Amino acid sequence: MAGGDELKLLGFWGSPFVLRARLALSFKGLSYEYVEEDLKNKSELLLQSNPVHKKVPVLIHNGKPVCETQVIVQYLDEVYGANGRPSLLPVDPYDRAMARFWAAYIDDKLLSSLMMMSMGKTEEEKAEGRKQSSGAVETLEGALKECSKGKPFFGGDSVGYVDVVLGGFVAWVRIIDRMTGLKIFDSSKTPILAAWLERFGSLDAAKAVMPDVQRLVELSKMRQV
Amino acid sequence: MAEKGVKVFGMWASPMVIRVEWALRLKGVEYEYVDEDLANKSADLLRYNPVTKKVPVLVHDGKPIAESTIIVEYIDEAWKGGYPIMPADPYERARARFWARFAEEKCNAALYPIFTTTGEAQRKAVHEAQQCLKTLETALEGKKFFGGDAVGYLDIVVGWYAHWLPVVEEVIGASIVTDEELPLMKAWFDRFLAVDVVKAALPDRDRLVAANKARREQLLSA
Repeated sequence: MAGGDELKLLGFWGSPFVLRARLALSFKGLSYEYVEEDLKNKSELLLQSNPVHKKVPVLIHNGKPVCETQVIVQYLDEVYGANGRPSLLPVDPYDRAMARFWAAYIDDKLLSSLMMMSMGKTEEEKAEGRKQSSGAVETLEGALKECSKGKPFFGGDSVGYVDVVLGGFVAWVRIIDRMTGLKIFDSSKTPILAAWLERFGSLDAAKAVMPDVQRLVELSKMRQV
Repeated sequence: MAEKGVKVFGMWASPMVIRVEWALRLKGVEYEYVDEDLANKSADLLRYNPVTKKVPVLVHDGKPIAESTIIVEYIDEAWKGGYPIMPADPYERARARFWARFAEEKCNAALYPIFTTTGEAQRKAVHEAQQCLKTLETALEGKKFFGGDAVGYLDIVVGWYAHWLPVVEEVIGASIVTDEELPLMKAWFDRFLAVDVVKAALPDRDRLVAANKARREQLLSA
């Protein structure tokens, strides 16, 4: 890219959404300035860049803010789609629609059920969350089988859009396992996803940005107090 | 023999379905419309969208796509040479997608309670919805349409407000989008509804009023 191209990411180390944005930047081999926000004392820059939601992540490209994680990832993929940089979204319109569909499904069904399961106010709510997340994970197992066609990732031979979107939850899935013993991607029930989890987590570009699981466990415990 | 052509599985009163129809019409694409009874979904719908089982579903040469905003982007990409739905500039595309998500997640959630409440609760709900719509309205400033001089992606995503909100206003007997509160949005409603492809796909207003009146009575008596 031409000189003077500036990328900045406002984030919080414990956020799976920020992690998605960082994974996208990492897999595309992009350099950027990372700004850690104190969510209890948000910076002027954050409040000005995302006045509508006041949330992280926010990508600032040459001074112009882009908000909402999936919007950020697609923007990065479109702006930095040439010069040999890996593409996250496929070229074919139908494949792109399928990738977007599964990415939306991950947020609409998996995320909401995982949240219900971990942060539900009653035992019934938590149990309902467990049931729904189990169903969502089974559906995703089928999606991975279909999208990957026997290859390692949703994106095929290399990491794609859905891998990055799901990748944001890798650390969270691990802390749920560590704190409750519950395996969200159980190798006996969803072997393909369980293998994907290990494989994705071991990639250098993922390891470079993955938050420390123990630190996340501490954060999670603090929030429950 | 491979299935050819374009099919839309929809429901006559669904604002999500109409987005797909507007997008196809802007591109000049011929399609077969299949109206579903959502209480008795067809085997075809369930086969094409086993994951969410919802409408709209677009089937293009036998391949199904679900989720209206995703379908609209697909239509723009699959019929690339036709009417440009998404903005050309990546930053403008990001803004359009941002506002589309805001409308879907915040505005729609703020609008629903208006329909299910009465009295003081309803007044509060109307006020909340107006605040949300005011934020969305900022994306219209200085423009004829959200897409600029012509209808674009964001117009297609939120365009249903132009036809449906006046229906809701009639059913609940209160105003939401007024010249005083939302002047830009009100003006955009008129411009949007005057667009030929938009007009061509609108469900009958009286039928919509009757259906919504019945639905509101059902919800309030529950």
